[in-house]
Amino acid sequence: MAKFRLPRNSQIKPGKKHPGADAASNAREFQIYRYDPDSGENPRVDTYQVDMDDCGPMVLDALIKIKNEVDPTLTFRRSCREGICGSCSMNIDGSNTLACLKPVEDVKGPVKIYPLPHMPVVKDLVPDLTNFYAQYASVEPWLQTRTPPPPDSERLQSKEDQEKINTPSACILCACCSAACPSYWWNSDRYLGPAALLQAYRWIVDSRDEATGERLDALEDPFRLYRCHTILNCTKDCPKDLNPGKAIAEIKKLMVEREH
Amino acid sequence: MDRVERPLSPHWQVYGWRITNTLSILHRLTGLLLSFGALFLAWWLFAAASGAEAYADAQRVLGSGWFKLPLIAWAFCFFYHLANGIRHLVWDTGAGFDRAQIRASGWAVVAFAVVASLLYALIAII
Repeated sequence: MAKFRLPRNSQIKPGKKHPGADAASNAREFQIYRYDPDSGENPRVDTYQVDMDDCGPMVLDALIKIKNEVDPTLTFRRSCREGICGSCSMNIDGSNTLACLKPVEDVKGPVKIYPLPHMPVVKDLVPDLTNFYAQYASVEPWLQTRTPPPPDSERLQSKEDQEKINTPSACILCACCSAACPSYWWNSDRYLGPAALLQAYRWIVDSRDEATGERLDALEDPFRLYRCHTILNCTKDCPKDLNPGKAIAEIKKLMVEREH
Repeated sequence: MDRVERPLSPHWQVYGWRITNTLSILHRLTGLLLSFGALFLAWWLFAAASGAEAYADAQRVLGSGWFKLPLIAWAFCFFYHLANGIRHLVWDTGAGFDRAQIRASGWAVVAFAVVASLLYALIAII
């Protein structure tokens, strides 16, 4: 069931204001969600000033600068800084995206940064994605076959068939889409969410996979698939320009088509 | 070892009102209001079926000047819910999922609902 209020231990208190590049002509304000599991205190929002003349263009650059120069306790995930690892997914300026791909310039006013929405918070901007990964595993994201492979070659597929899985395969599992989905917020215990369903689709349409029926059976459920109400925050937020919303619609179509 | 009870990150409190989620919640809201309005429609039909006296009673409320306001609001709900419902039907065919199409069809639905209910209001007031 949807719980609209944050639990008592999750309500956000006012935080610290860190002085910084106040005098700098090109200073930008960053309001960042902080939570320290060791303190036992509620989360808070701290404010930082960053001189953008002395900082890279992306939100991740600013976060790293703050961590290096102002507040080493600021905690966030990051790795590749070029949108391929999916580590620095977070809620920036009200949308989920990768901090490394989000230019500070695109944000008007103070840059508000929160962890991915409706997730348990480990520390600061680091969410616990255990459930998200378990749901990915539940769609059995590997090739399943019933027939023996050809004796003298690999399992081949046509260029057209390959193109069907090309785009969904580009998913980096950053969880931006699932954490943007209100249905997923209210029902993440039973609804698989856009990311896992996009990957389910990727294997359903794979011409080499022979478990299509079983895969569809596993999704034939009022929650796992059908909690999708086509809100489409997923497609809007995907930092890789993938289309989980369309993939889910295609799965729903396949469900209907196989009945006839 | 006792583990800390992890806080839940804020969700609708921080997520922006984008065209996607805003139109979705508006679809639900208008659907709810239409169901509520259906009670008045039922009252009107019942009254009409129960004879001239009952009908006159109903008309005193439903036909009064101030009742035009909720009628216009319901007209907006109706036109919006209808158009957005068609938008959902198109999605069910697998079409219209590009980001630009989602935005364009969303604004088209809003524009249709506003124009149609303004026209309705014009007719209702005259």
